[in-house]
Amino acid sequence: MSTRGMFCLAAMAVLLVITGLGQSWVVALSILNLCLISAIMALGLNMQWGYAGLFNVGVMGFAALGGIAATLVSVAPVNAAWDVAGADLAWTGVTIGVTVLAVILVRRLIGPGRWRVAATTVVLLAGLGFLHRFFDPAVEAIESVDPARTGFLGGLDLPIILGWPAGGLAAAGAAWLIARVALGLRADYLAIATLGIAEMVLAVIKNEDWLTRGVRNVTGLDRPVPYEIGLQQSARFQEIAASLGTDIQTASTIVVKLCYAGLFAAVLAGLLVLAEKALHSPWGRMMRAIRDNETSAAAMGKNIKARHLEIFVLGAAVIGVAGAMLTTLEGQFTPGSYQPLRFTFLIWVMVIIGGSGNNWGAVLGGFLVWFVWIEAEPAGLWLAGFLVTIVGEGSTLAGYILDGASYTRVLVMGLILLLVLRFAPGGLLPAQPRRQA
Amino acid sequence: MDDVLNAGVLFTNFVLVPGISYGSQLALCALGLTIIFGILRFANFAHGDVMAFGTMVTIFAIWLFQDLGLTIRPLPTALIAMPAGMAAAIGICLLTDRCVYRFHRRKRSPAIMFVISSFGVMLVMNGLVRMVIGTKDRSLDDGARFILKVREFRDATGLQEGLAIKVSQGLTVAVTCLAGTLLFWFLQRTRTGKAMRAWSDNEDLALLSGVSPERIVMVAWLISATLATVAGTLYGLDKSFRPYTYFNLLLPTFAAAIVGGIGHPLGAVIGGYVVAFSEIALTYAYRKFLIYLFPEGWQPEGLVQVMATEYKFAVSFIILIVVLLIRPTGIFRGKVI
Repeated sequence: MSTRGMFCLAAMAVLLVITGLGQSWVVALSILNLCLISAIMALGLNMQWGYAGLFNVGVMGFAALGGIAATLVSVAPVNAAWDVAGADLAWTGVTIGVTVLAVILVRRLIGPGRWRVAATTVVLLAGLGFLHRFFDPAVEAIESVDPARTGFLGGLDLPIILGWPAGGLAAAGAAWLIARVALGLRADYLAIATLGIAEMVLAVIKNEDWLTRGVRNVTGLDRPVPYEIGLQQSARFQEIAASLGTDIQTASTIVVKLCYAGLFAAVLAGLLVLAEKALHSPWGRMMRAIRDNETSAAAMGKNIKARHLEIFVLGAAVIGVAGAMLTTLEGQFTPGSYQPLRFTFLIWVMVIIGGSGNNWGAVLGGFLVWFVWIEAEPAGLWLAGFLVTIVGEGSTLAGYILDGASYTRVLVMGLILLLVLRFAPGGLLPAQPRRQA
Repeated sequence: MDDVLNAGVLFTNFVLVPGISYGSQLALCALGLTIIFGILRFANFAHGDVMAFGTMVTIFAIWLFQDLGLTIRPLPTALIAMPAGMAAAIGICLLTDRCVYRFHRRKRSPAIMFVISSFGVMLVMNGLVRMVIGTKDRSLDDGARFILKVREFRDATGLQEGLAIKVSQGLTVAVTCLAGTLLFWFLQRTRTGKAMRAWSDNEDLALLSGVSPERIVMVAWLISATLATVAGTLYGLDKSFRPYTYFNLLLPTFAAAIVGGIGHPLGAVIGGYVVAFSEIALTYAYRKFLIYLFPEGWQPEGLVQVMATEYKFAVSFIILIVVLLIRPTGIFRGKVI
């Protein structure tokens, strides 16, 4: 890391400390936790865009997949649902398996041509018919099991920490599928295709209630860290809080947040080390060579499509892990909260501002942009309040200003992005080619 | 025979009419997008928000006209307020071009820089629209509601099923036809239009023939912003105005432009209808339709719906993927980006 990087990260730390002193430590730590998660997301996107020049606008989808994976790993299974629908679900699985086998068989037996298409269609339609026969009653049965509390299949009842790698795997799987289709084409198409897959993932999560509970949300997820209330009741903790002279409630909140911060920082540090190693290895050099000139890299015998697929899947996995961590931090999975603005475009702003291609840049961008994003809202409201005193309270204009204030930050983010692209295209910490001595 | 007619009317009412009007709106959106692609050679992600911006100004103009008592009932006021929205959208497009895209054009940045810049522009406009008008649903429609009412149709034909055509749907089709004709006349017959087509085909040759790039780019933004405002206002009349919905129109719009062959105006129109009809036809429940057609005892039990309505966006996505896999150039052999 360069001196400039050190300086920027130190400045970032100072900003957080100022928040802690000025507003409160609870606020500062909440911001820090989300900064860490944002940094990981930015790191993942930076792999795809910064190393390889792949244009992924589906960050939201991969983050949501990570989130749902963590949820499904940690919640308890709903046995009643399995009891009523287990048989039908098993038959559904059998149907899918048989249909897939039949399609493969048909395509083996019949040569290319009109008959093959016709036969495949018939087999698929028959499969779909059977699927409806078994799957629809299963869904209905599952969703009618105590809909106010469960109404879905539940999960595996494992510690939620295991959900983090699971989230990475889920996102990687989806990324592999989309990459198979869209990577052969050039950048803009990949952007549109990933934009689409993100919407699609969200649509599935919101509507397949039997699996994800849909928009009714899954709440009360397990925690990898102690509960505030548990801390407050422990005698030892009370002693420590008393000796430090802090209010027990604040103290317990801070400790919990610090625990989260520790976990997240450990993950970030691990990923950062791996990413730095990878970037400066022969593999990383090859990636940059491909990014800068695909034709010459291909002439050197590099398999461009396979490498692109590799890095796309890796980056998506990192984003998936971050999504799982976010769900863990929030303690609930709320599909309605996934908005492209917050989960896709904001992460893009982080990567571009931080410096595409530079891991430390992505981390710094994640911290800085999240900090500004959160602090811009009170600042916007304060500014709006100031303007309202000028135009006079109670007027229509005042109402408008107050309503619009919270959207200033979207505008500010866009402006910053445009300014960086124009005046400092390398970002705050530009990726520097290492000079050989 | 009555059954067949009833089925036909049902289909027309729930698939054909909405399909044509939604398709026309998408066609206008896709036209604006494809023109920018043809001339500036990048996928403009800010297009949805240009639509929202133009529609927003149109709404303000409508309020103003309503205050002044300037209405043209039974037609909605939006029709005479639209020019204000167009002017504003053109203004903001030219401003962003001057401040953002021209710099990258001069520097000959790779196409991807333009796309990322268009993200920035999108965020700015997104914030601007939400700040100024808020995120609430707003209705633009203040004219008469229907050209043809269900009751009137039933009384006139004696059929069980009714057919309703909204004024906004009729207007959409009329305005789309007008805008489309004007655009194609402009591109085929006028000097500037020919220059634009030449530029889209081959920049260098066009430059050699004395085509002025800045002028072409300006006209392209002019057309794109106008079409975006028209499409946005028509969509708002038909449904309602909400900034978020306009952002979401981006995906079907891209699908439409790519299906038709990106950079190809006629393709964009066809693509708009293809996407709209697939979306509506695949999410429509055919139960009632089939009940009319099938004899007793054969009638379907379920809804006979290919996809739940919630998966509307999945349709455009699937179309997109299928086209990318089978024929990446689209129906009309547009450019491959």
